[in-house]
Amino acid sequence: MINYIWAFLISLGIFYSIFKGDNNITNTLLTSGSTSIDMIINISTIMCLWLGVMNIARKSGLLNIIAKKLSPLITILFPEIPKGDECISYISLNIVMNMLGLGNAATPFGIKTMKELKRLNNKKDIASRSMITFLVINTASVTIIPTTVISLRLLNGARNSSDIITASIITTFLSLIISLIVDRLFFLIWRRKYD
Amino acid sequence: MINYLIPTLVLVIIIYGLYKKIDIFDTFLEGVKEGINTSYKLFPTIFAMVISINLLTSSNLIEDLSKVLLPVFKIISFPPEVLPLALMKPVSGSTSIVILNDILSKYGPDSYIGRLSSLIGGCTDTTIYIISLYFGTIGIKKIRYALIVGLLADLICFIISTLVTNLLF
Repeated sequence: MINYIWAFLISLGIFYSIFKGDNNITNTLLTSGSTSIDMIINISTIMCLWLGVMNIARKSGLLNIIAKKLSPLITILFPEIPKGDECISYISLNIVMNMLGLGNAATPFGIKTMKELKRLNNKKDIASRSMITFLVINTASVTIIPTTVISLRLLNGARNSSDIITASIITTFLSLIISLIVDRLFFLIWRRKYD
Repeated sequence: MINYLIPTLVLVIIIYGLYKKIDIFDTFLEGVKEGINTSYKLFPTIFAMVISINLLTSSNLIEDLSKVLLPVFKIISFPPEVLPLALMKPVSGSTSIVILNDILSKYGPDSYIGRLSSLIGGCTDTTIYIISLYFGTIGIKKIRYALIVGLLADLICFIISTLVTNLLF
């Protein structure tokens, strides 16, 4: 499936550029990878910081305490995760960072969560139900304080840059709840049809 | 307040580690090693996605597509000015920030269009990028219904954003 998404994006981009007679396409293709270097440098420093700090939290038993406390809540959303499992604390931290609009800090916990979910998954290369639910929570982006949007509004002279917060909270939670219902429906339909 | 949240979290973790008599420095270094290894494995996925997304965004396909789709969206009273943002949002985060900034400077943040696009900008994330990054890193090939549900979640967000903007402002 990822094969098809990737091929689709690339071929659509190249086809359309040629179709429109964009002479710059060769240049775009050759230089388009350069942003990935900036991205990986940014991600890796944050990743090192958080995995380092979280290793201390894990060894000192702090992660276990968080996992036990949040277990009842998270296992409603992820019925396949055993109660008190370590990945519950990573999931919670990812959600908390996203809620605060700190997408950069959320990514390391997201990737760590996916690794832990793979450990719990008995099929090697097939996505598990928990993984998809986790992705839905991430793509629906539960933001209480949309920091980027607020700063853009401020930049463009909004009268009150943070008056969007109430509306944003309502929107984000309503769409999250509906998305989670859709996710569960798809899980039930998919299990009956394809598994 | 929120500015101090993350440093405080780090402080609490380090103090708790000291209190539990953990070898905190070595433990930190162990985590850093895992971090750099993970980033190393992450790079191919990021590189592949950045190339494909940059090719797509620089071809202007999405801008042209929103011009074609314009009449359809006029019928359901979704302002066509916001359409490029809605189409770009699932694909590329950085490009959609640029589009959001354009919309806000053109129509003003306190206009109907400005508020609606702010809500859309805040309530979804880049679905395609997240799916390929997360699944690519852990080597999942069959993603089952993840993409469908992810894109449906974006659509749901657009609909709710429109409803909320109509009701609140």
